[in-house]
Amino acid sequence: MANNKMLVGFFVASESIFFVMLILAYVNFHGTVTDGPTAVNSLDPLRTGIFSLFLLASSFTVWLAGRSLSTKNHFMLKIWLFVTIILGALFIYGQATEWFGLFAQNITISRNVFGTTFFTLTGFHGFHVCVGLLMLSILLVLAMFGDFKGPKSDGVECVSIYWHFVDGVWIVVYSVIYLWAFF
Amino acid sequence: MSMKIPLVPENLKPLPRLKENEGMLSWVASVDHKQIGIMYLISTLVFFIIGGLEALVIRIQLAQPEFDFISPEVYNQMFTMHGTTMIFFVVMPFLIGLGVYLVPLMIGARDMAFPRLNALSFWLVIFGGILLYYSFLTQSGPSEVGWFAYAPLSEKPFSLNKGPTYWALGLLATGISSVASGLNNIVTILTMRAKGMTMRRLPLFVWMILVTSFLLVFVIPIIASAFAMMLLDRLLEATFFTPAHGGSAILWQHFFWGFGHPEVYILVLPAFGIISEVIPVFSRKPIFGYSFVAGSTVAIGLLSLGVWAHHMFAVGLGNVANLYFSLASMLIAIPTGVKVLNWVATMWGGKIWFATPMLFATAFIIEFVIAGLTGVAVASVPIDWVVTDSYFVVAHFHYALFGGSLFAIFAGIYYWFPKMTGRMMSETLGKWHFWLTVIGFNMTFFIQHFLGVMGMPRRTYTYHDFPYWGSMNLISTIGAIILALSVIVFAWNIRRSLKHGEKAPDNPWNAWTLEWYTTSPPAVHNFDLVPPVRGRRPLWDLAHPDQLDEPNSKVV
Repeated sequence: MANNKMLVGFFVASESIFFVMLILAYVNFHGTVTDGPTAVNSLDPLRTGIFSLFLLASSFTVWLAGRSLSTKNHFMLKIWLFVTIILGALFIYGQATEWFGLFAQNITISRNVFGTTFFTLTGFHGFHVCVGLLMLSILLVLAMFGDFKGPKSDGVECVSIYWHFVDGVWIVVYSVIYLWAFF
Repeated sequence: MSMKIPLVPENLKPLPRLKENEGMLSWVASVDHKQIGIMYLISTLVFFIIGGLEALVIRIQLAQPEFDFISPEVYNQMFTMHGTTMIFFVVMPFLIGLGVYLVPLMIGARDMAFPRLNALSFWLVIFGGILLYYSFLTQSGPSEVGWFAYAPLSEKPFSLNKGPTYWALGLLATGISSVASGLNNIVTILTMRAKGMTMRRLPLFVWMILVTSFLLVFVIPIIASAFAMMLLDRLLEATFFTPAHGGSAILWQHFFWGFGHPEVYILVLPAFGIISEVIPVFSRKPIFGYSFVAGSTVAIGLLSLGVWAHHMFAVGLGNVANLYFSLASMLIAIPTGVKVLNWVATMWGGKIWFATPMLFATAFIIEFVIAGLTGVAVASVPIDWVVTDSYFVVAHFHYALFGGSLFAIFAGIYYWFPKMTGRMMSETLGKWHFWLTVIGFNMTFFIQHFLGVMGMPRRTYTYHDFPYWGSMNLISTIGAIILALSVIVFAWNIRRSLKHGEKAPDNPWNAWTLEWYTTSPPAVHNFDLVPPVRGRRPLWDLAHPDQLDEPNSKVV
């Protein structure tokens, strides 16, 4: 049924409005912070950039997973799903360590308006990555039980659309928070 | 497009049989769009009575100057809960619920595209309502900051009670529900139409639900993110909307009205849909200018996204912004006027039958035009500066939401009640209900225009004994009591008609859309066979094969 993909498509569109509002809030306060932590004096764009590459790569591997299913290569489907989950988890690990590093410098959501907008925006994105990881894990378990015969599966395709979306949002978030501050 | 049968377990018995006690579980566990639709309608009726009682408390407090029927805190809680309840738990879920019930029937489908998602939407509304009303049990009671919860009043340290937190959580749950039902409607309408039901033949009610659903999907996330920020402010000491810590109170206003103005059209477009179904049937003429009615709806939906700051003229955004938002708001009068002209032209020269649905539909046009006229007035910046936050504005939006949405809702209930229950509603009680509503409504709200122009501010606990203020407020309160009587008559009519109402035939109004083709109430599977759709009025075409609406159309 095309219904499922249409639903996920509109859902993702609705979600992007949600992120647009969070980004607008960040942009609105960009440059209003005169003392205390800001993107320039507290963030490390290179480190986060490297962890971002894992997330970008995971978009590619989830596409490979879908392609393996369409050629009925069930073994590679499981491998690519697994690799996708690992890459996504590495990204979350990077974000978590970054957050704890900031907490150690007493930079929190209540410190100032940079902290507020930064943690809210990256936090909601991280939450979406975690939801995606959960769905990918369900797919992997189902794949191990041999649920996907191929060549097509709405489940795999819908999760994949969502995962690309989460990835795409991060490109915008990374550009707005990290690149805008430094270039 | 082929008829798709969703994989839903079949209920063993036909639905809904309100006269039989079938046990709660068959309702609670239901994923059938008709049962879910009816549950939506029943729960909105309950919320309507709660919200109405809150309004009555407000009006009694204002019945005379310097009155102290309730405390100022309770007064603030009452107008906050009244507004929130009526908007998010009465008008919105009613129109969504009516859509859930009717859309599959009108397009000849078996159910919604995602029946379980549909059930989730309904139960999230109930969950949200419980969260909202749970705040009555907290130490300092529910939110006192009004339905638009302006910052920094809604923030610490100005609101230390838990009310606004429950308020935002409850509305967040309802918001998720609205997005889910919007998504469900869009996919249902785009993919599940019966053979021959092209977009140009879609009943206008379905068109309006489609446009409303797009608004839901793209506008609710705006307020969902604002609620998330507000909750972070209140729970984790974030600083989005607290100017003292570098945040911006105006940002909340932009976010709130960025959602809030399109929300007005979410509340009224499906009402336009009801009117566009009722008026042709009771005028015995096809709708005048079908494509203009559908097209102007799309125009309203798009325009509504770019006019939010007309709620913020008093903020001081500058002349350029004020000019733009003023002109853009006035533009909306054009597609709305097109609709009013279409409805009047449909009635013009028709054989009008003033049964109760038509009475409410006709009154809707008149009351809504008044709301439109005062709307154009307050869209003009200098007039808005004079009357903003006064009773003039209260009168204006009650003409839009009560005179508009609610009159249409009543028309819809009288029109579709026979289909849903298999019983006719009493016409005598219906006419009592209608006239009491018209008299009570206009008595309550028309005079508030004058009070507003005379300077009476909204959301104030009481007022001094200025000349005429006391008597004018008393008239308004008496009107509210007449309205309460009308609701009692209405509730009695529903109860009586459910038990003793005349048995309804399949098509009691001799209407033309597909829902009237099936039995009253419809069987679980909706249709044994969906008749061929060869025009906008399938049942007319079926009865008059020699006078087809589209003479050259072929049976697909």
